[in-house]
Amino acid sequence: MIDLRSAEILDWSGACVSIREAQFPSPFQSGVEYAAPARGPWNIVHVGMLVPESHQIFVCAQGCLRGVVLTAAEMGATDRFSTIAVRENNVMEGDMEELILNGVEDVLRKLPKKPRAVLLFTSCIHHFIGCDLDYVYRKLRERFPDVDFTDCYMNPIMRKSKTPPDSKMRQQLYSLLHPTDKTAKAVNFLGNTTETSETSEMVQMIRQAGYEIRDICACHTYDEFQKMAESILNITYNPAAKLGGETLEKRLGKKHLYLPFSYNGQEIERALTQLAGAIDAPLPDFDLLKEKAEKALRETAQALQDMEIAIDYTATLRPLGLARLLLSHGFRVSSVYADSFISEEKEDFLWLQENYGDLKLYATVHPKMPRFPRDRAEKSHGNLLAIGQKAAYFTGTRHFVNLLEGSGLYGYDGICRLMQMMLQSAREEKDTEKIIQVKGWGCCG
Amino acid sequence: MKQVCSVLSTYTADVSGVCSALYEMGGMTIMHDASGCNSTYNTHDEPRWYHTPSMVYISALSEMEAVLGDEHKLIEDVCRAAEELHPRFIALAGTPIPMMMGTDFQGIARAIERKTGIPAFGFATNGMHSYISGVSMALEKVAERFCDPSIRPELWKPGEKISVNLLGVTPLDFSVTGNLEVLETLCEEQGFRVQSCWAMGSSWEELMECGKAQVNWVLSSAGLSLAKLLQARYGTPYVLGIPMGKDLTEKLFEELRQAAASGETPAFLCREEEETEGEGKPSYIIGEPIWAASLRYALKHTQGMKNLHILTPLEGDASLLQKGDLANAEEDDCFACFPKAEYIFGDPLYQWAIPKDSGAKLIRLPHEGCSGRMFRGEIPVLIGHYFENWFYKEMQK
Repeated sequence: MIDLRSAEILDWSGACVSIREAQFPSPFQSGVEYAAPARGPWNIVHVGMLVPESHQIFVCAQGCLRGVVLTAAEMGATDRFSTIAVRENNVMEGDMEELILNGVEDVLRKLPKKPRAVLLFTSCIHHFIGCDLDYVYRKLRERFPDVDFTDCYMNPIMRKSKTPPDSKMRQQLYSLLHPTDKTAKAVNFLGNTTETSETSEMVQMIRQAGYEIRDICACHTYDEFQKMAESILNITYNPAAKLGGETLEKRLGKKHLYLPFSYNGQEIERALTQLAGAIDAPLPDFDLLKEKAEKALRETAQALQDMEIAIDYTATLRPLGLARLLLSHGFRVSSVYADSFISEEKEDFLWLQENYGDLKLYATVHPKMPRFPRDRAEKSHGNLLAIGQKAAYFTGTRHFVNLLEGSGLYGYDGICRLMQMMLQSAREEKDTEKIIQVKGWGCCG
Repeated sequence: MKQVCSVLSTYTADVSGVCSALYEMGGMTIMHDASGCNSTYNTHDEPRWYHTPSMVYISALSEMEAVLGDEHKLIEDVCRAAEELHPRFIALAGTPIPMMMGTDFQGIARAIERKTGIPAFGFATNGMHSYISGVSMALEKVAERFCDPSIRPELWKPGEKISVNLLGVTPLDFSVTGNLEVLETLCEEQGFRVQSCWAMGSSWEELMECGKAQVNWVLSSAGLSLAKLLQARYGTPYVLGIPMGKDLTEKLFEELRQAAASGETPAFLCREEEETEGEGKPSYIIGEPIWAASLRYALKHTQGMKNLHILTPLEGDASLLQKGDLANAEEDDCFACFPKAEYIFGDPLYQWAIPKDSGAKLIRLPHEGCSGRMFRGEIPVLIGHYFENWFYKEMQK
């Protein structure tokens, strides 16, 4: 086999820059893109499968179907997934609406049991040919009045738009909730792929105020999912979920709070104070919580003093915020793998520029990255801890925290729990190659 | 209904086929796509991705570029990457949206070549065909563009090994579980020398000297168009089939020897003219046509099985099929055939189309082009006598 690694050594400019010299929010020039084999982050199929008793039907070209159909197969959900292949004649002849209507009907006829809901995914093609989706959904609802249909989209062409596919998916999940006059003393967490940690201050506050917590991640039946429409408050903390919360507030008239995920004490306390106001709950003792987190940080920093740390953007919603937290507590954070940053990271970016200007930012999609030597862990004699799958891949380490989107570790408690995970990951080796190639880590429970 | 899969999977598409074929050649391949094709390809279609880096990228096409038909950004981005990475060539492959935009891949390739001085070519794939067409067009293009037409096949002398090119070999059909290695060893044992393998495991120089080979061996439908091109260019004859089991292995090597000696392409296509239908329940083989035809021949001649029919969901050479076989098979065809079947030889994902009460037994033969990495560990070596070992074990189950 040809070994392309023997090709001449490249200079890494363009794919790596010190934060001192970097531009916010995009430190790297865009261009053709590489994709590292770290597959943990959930895709639209994984997210859609959170709706219990639902069935997904994708209408796309064969090449687009391939990735999603195997996502479903790998997660053991083949019986909840069907496809309608779009071919050239459908584009040329303009019979796309008929193809979808007949195809969905055929699928539903073949299923052993009618699903409660169908998530029907159309693609970029439909977007461009002006397929009359309103007509399609109207007809489907007429033909199958006992099935809830929602419009979902596999249109990566919108990736750089104001409504990227990930946000749209997290919005459409909740479009299936029926308006109701009933209200329950309950609070919803929206748009997460993991339940928020039970020990977090936020969950504790909600429970102590006598509210039930509802989260699609914990729903086992469609009826249980529908009860989310009765809750009096919706909380989002993932930026990709914010649109879903706002939409639901408009549609169901239930209050929405966006309480950004953060590692910054002031921001955490501001969010918890907002929550306390919304549910009329007492505030926890912030000083005590903060001291506990500080202690965990100090002890972990001490234990990991010889370890270099690399963070990536798939691990946490705020990679720069995490880098700032760790560096300001004596950790040896050397690098952050991310291609761009959300606006909420700007303050941390500027702080890091001023205080830790040598911190290296690495691209993950830059075309040089497949040839980047993945030997940083080896060079540091195994003393490199990665936080996130992409950082683990690019550094070649076997010590990594398998964290995705923050994994529900919110607030001061989240910081304490993250410290525990870092300590454990520093002690134990993981089978990086095996773990990071699993698609949608944790989606099968 | 055609085009609908209520439970079945879909096969690797043309655009991934292009990437797979060119993977080891030192070129840079760009899928002109927004996103998605890259993760599909490197997760499900490319087992070499983790350990063997290759320059396969997406263009990251945006909505605005698509609406405005902006090809300038693609050209600039590709040229910039090429200037930094110095690929041997640049290949562009299309996806559905460029098809809608009417992207002129050949024109863009010419513009890139003029700017960089690096050979460039474009493939008007659209993600609506199978990998066979993508692999075929990529292999053919490389040979057409780069293989020196002045080379002539080396004259075979008694006592010397016969040189052979293996055509149509990608992980999509052969995976990385040992079939290719066993085949190469078998060639050596049978008095052949592998000149080149298109396209796994051979150096660029070996590929470029494929014209020296005395015979070409087409091991999948994706190698057929290349075989025809090499025949036209160098006069090299070709033989189709995969050596599974004693009888077919002997037969194919004999055909290869005769073809090398005579320069004539034999008519043998791993099929016989006699009726394949017989008494008892039918059995079905699902997969790529040359693989399926070879498997049928081996099952029939080595194991005495009868009433074997091919259902191929893929594009391929229809001449390999016989009465009772079905090309372009879809899910409904499986639903119609499987309930009455005795055995179904195919990828484990076909289990979903077999009624539980039918009595049909699935003989699991995972196919990377169907289920990707899911059952890679189960992919058996079927080359040569390994076929009999595999069959014996299967029947013991």
